[in-house]
Amino acid sequence: MKRKPGVLLIGLGVLAFVATMIGAFRLAVTFDQRLAFHPPISERGEAEEWTPRQEALEQQRQEEEEAARTKPYEEEEYRAFPKVGSRVAIWVVAQLHLLFAAFVLAVPMFAVVIEWIGIRTGDKRYDALAYEFTKLLSVSFSLTATFGAGLTFMLIALYPKFTNYLMHVFSPTFLPYVLLFFAEAGFLYTYYYGWGKFSPKVHLFLGIMLNVVGTGIMVIANAWLTFMMTPNGVSESGALISTWDAVSNYTWMPINIHRLIANVAYGGSVAAAYAAYQFLQAKNDAERAHYDWMGYIGNFVAICGLLPLPFAGYWLASEIYAFSQTMGLTMMGGAFSWLFIIQAVLIGNLFLFANWYLWLGMGRIQGAERFRAFIWPLLTIITICFAIWATPRSIIATTEEVQAMGGSSHPVLGYLGVMSAKNTAVNILILTTYVSFLLYRRSGKIPTVKWAKTGNLAQAIIFALSAATVIGYGIAGYRVDAATRIGFSRPQVGAVLLAMLLVTVIDVLMLRGAKTTDTRWGKIRPLSQYLLIMLAVTFTWLMGLMGYLRSGLRLHWHVFGVVRDTSPDAFTPTLGFATQVVSVTVLIFFGLIGFVFWLAGLSGKESHAGEEAAAHAAHPSPVGFDPSPAGATPMSSAGGSAPAASAATSSRIETS
Amino acid sequence: MEQFNWWVIVPVFAALIALRWRRTSMLTWFAAWWIGMFLVVRYGFTVPVPMSVVKLYMGLVTAALVAYVLTDAGRIREVTEPLAAFMTERRYLPYLAAVALFIPAAVAFGIYRDMTRVPQPPSFARTIHPATPAEPIDVHGTSYDLGTADNPYRELEETDPAAFKARVENGRKIYYENCFYCHGDVMAGDGMFAHALNPIPTNFQDPGTIAMLREAFLFWRIAKGGPGLPAEGGPWASAMPAWENFLSEDEMWNVILFLYEFTGHRPRAVELH
Ligand code: HEC
Ligand code: HEM
Repeated sequence: MKRKPGVLLIGLGVLAFVATMIGAFRLAVTFDQRLAFHPPISERGEAEEWTPRQEALEQQRQEEEEAARTKPYEEEEYRAFPKVGSRVAIWVVAQLHLLFAAFVLAVPMFAVVIEWIGIRTGDKRYDALAYEFTKLLSVSFSLTATFGAGLTFMLIALYPKFTNYLMHVFSPTFLPYVLLFFAEAGFLYTYYYGWGKFSPKVHLFLGIMLNVVGTGIMVIANAWLTFMMTPNGVSESGALISTWDAVSNYTWMPINIHRLIANVAYGGSVAAAYAAYQFLQAKNDAERAHYDWMGYIGNFVAICGLLPLPFAGYWLASEIYAFSQTMGLTMMGGAFSWLFIIQAVLIGNLFLFANWYLWLGMGRIQGAERFRAFIWPLLTIITICFAIWATPRSIIATTEEVQAMGGSSHPVLGYLGVMSAKNTAVNILILTTYVSFLLYRRSGKIPTVKWAKTGNLAQAIIFALSAATVIGYGIAGYRVDAATRIGFSRPQVGAVLLAMLLVTVIDVLMLRGAKTTDTRWGKIRPLSQYLLIMLAVTFTWLMGLMGYLRSGLRLHWHVFGVVRDTSPDAFTPTLGFATQVVSVTVLIFFGLIGFVFWLAGLSGKESHAGEEAAAHAAHPSPVGFDPSPAGATPMSSAGGSAPAASAATSSRIETS
Repeated sequence: MEQFNWWVIVPVFAALIALRWRRTSMLTWFAAWWIGMFLVVRYGFTVPVPMSVVKLYMGLVTAALVAYVLTDAGRIREVTEPLAAFMTERRYLPYLAAVALFIPAAVAFGIYRDMTRVPQPPSFARTIHPATPAEPIDVHGTSYDLGTADNPYRELEETDPAAFKARVENGRKIYYENCFYCHGDVMAGDGMFAHALNPIPTNFQDPGTIAMLREAFLFWRIAKGGPGLPAEGGPWASAMPAWENFLSEDEMWNVILFLYEFTGHRPRAVELH
């Protein structure tokens, strides 16, 4: 009651102020008119006093009006985007859309798996973790949709004719896309807001459907962009013959697979970066323990995705080569060959950071000291493989250096620049990362079975044999034709996979009933958290760079060999320019995702601390998540049922 | 083996191994490895490794060493403590002053050296294997689609070895009549004209050349030569002649058979789905 007159007075005051201003203005205008100069002679009729200039102006105005009225309608092919040009504008928006989309597709995959582990083990902390991952989704989902809409409008506005052509080929896919998108929104929000409100089975089902629908969306969108690169199902002049053929073009499946896996790896690393960000801000040990654990799981997911990626990448590359030798050569030997050196450096960094993080993680485990000695040989192997993987085939050199080398490839290093060497290096990198992981897993356990010594020996022999197979095929690859050489990558991959499988089986059996020591979550050096963040940034940058590769490979075509790009932007951006655009895009992305992180951090702050304390009270000695190495078997793309199962086993062992 | 400077590599590794038996501080160890690796990369090869690659490798070595040190709190202390002591303790003052003078002096020397260096022509990252033209090419009136074309005589290898052999022999004749001046008598890219040319003739023994390519690619390069290189194959100074002006289609396909036969490489097959 008391405040009412106050409000009234303020209102009146504002009104009075406005009224005074209007009055003052009127007054000023009136005075101005009074004081202004008026010609002494009375005004004359208008018509007679027109100067020729005025007449000409009037005529021109009429002509313009006439022209505007009868202007014919013309279809525009392109419109320009101010300042940066259409191409860069579309590029940045598409890349941002893709980055958010990849994240939104990836997180539900492991959120559901973690939720399932929680249900299986009855450990509430998994449920809380899955929920925390999911919290990152809703804002990201809106951002994905926003950028998607932006991309669509910009395509229509800037590339109307070409967009029209894509509609011509793909119109039957649009409705399903929209419907799936609708379903995605439905599942996502019920999954998120219905947390704890449904029975676990129903909720899990929602999560699985979210994944199915999300993958469907990606697969449809992939059809459009792979069609642009490797068109199929259209006549020479571009007329549609079969939409299905257009969808199932050469690179559709390889990109589906490569992206699916890459998304998981990327999503895991971004989620780990979120955990790192929260870890570094944590106020107490409980929070630190929680976010350390979350970051560890995120990184684990990222490694699981990282290991099979090179294989998927080679498959994609060989399909591109098979579709068009020209495109294959442009990619591997031509204009883009230098991009692969950057790619190699980035991927090498991913492996290095991931391993390094695991080594640092040993700090949280009592009894890990005995594995310290393994770090430097592993590091040496990784460095050597990294160096081979990054050795350029044709080297940037001064004229003097070229003359000394006798060509642009070095007589010794030239051998490291070809596919045999690279394949071998990457397989060994994978094997090494796996060993790091195994050591990490081992560090908290002392096997009690009698045959532990034999088991260790067997594992060492398996690794040695597998490495020997990989290297042997690598060397043999120099003396055979290209097709056989590409074929050699199969036994190489096979040897690596088999070794990982066998070693895992031995390990699981051997660690049955092992003595375990504490894992002190949160007792890890902050450096490790910066590594997690760098991992996420590297991944994002890599994605942007590879997106440039995919779309740059088309050179001056919208649809390779079918629809030519005749816009002023039809050039292929240079690598230097592309890296700048990609870097700016990555900065924008991290600005936005930082906002998402911040929001996600806000929503759970108070309630979270209570939950955390409860979880810790329930588990006086933190058992720690212990993903079995089975989870790292790359090809178990089914979605990590293995880690779930064995994590369940190991917690059962530990609690018994 | 003569491609390595053993008198650099062996002592460096011997010294590094010896370092293991002596208790040295982490800092010494770090420096020793860095310098050792630099020596091996820079001087360990008979044909010097270009600076761009040396930098790449040393970047990796630095990253690995840093990772090694940073993985262990004890090692970090071992590295930082002497450095901190060096900068803060009184007894090191003269040395610190020397370092403080040395750094600008080194920069100045670097600038001096750069300014007085004999100018070099700018380097150009030539694309060795540029993409083939997407449109079919025309040779002696025949049109070849390079995406699908293949050596018409390759199949003789299985169906009629005698005829195949005859064609390879014909290729040998063509090679030693036309190509070996540049590409060398064992195809190592070191023929007698090679030293005058830039870019130098391709070394076919190298696993990164014809072993990676399809025969149609070679046919295109042989028929159209340096003048037929596309834009990205610049700087277009290749001395490789356009052999369509001198040889028949048959002869070009035959010499290709010989290139593979002689080097033992196999061509990349045409992959069709
Ligand atoms: C005047 C010197 C010269 C002669 C003679 C010559 N070449 Fe070349 N050739 C070159 C040079 C220089 C290059 C490297 C530059 C280039 O790629 O154009 C080259 C490149 C090539 C390549 C491309 C290899 C690759 O990896 O892309 C082929 C194939 C080739 N030569 C075949 C032949 C054949 C066959 C003959 C004989 C019929 C021949 N050359 C004669 C100078 C010569
Ligand atoms: C360890 C090895 C590899 C890693 C970590 C990796 C990672 C990635 C990532 C993160 C993406 C972005 C995925 C997305 O769009 O959602 C990507 C895309 C791509 N990769 Fe790889 N990749 C690897 C190997 C390869 C190889 C060997 C090739 C082929 C030469 C390759 C070719 C491509 C292409 C063409 C794309 C573009 C797809 C697109 O975004 O449209 N990759 N890769």
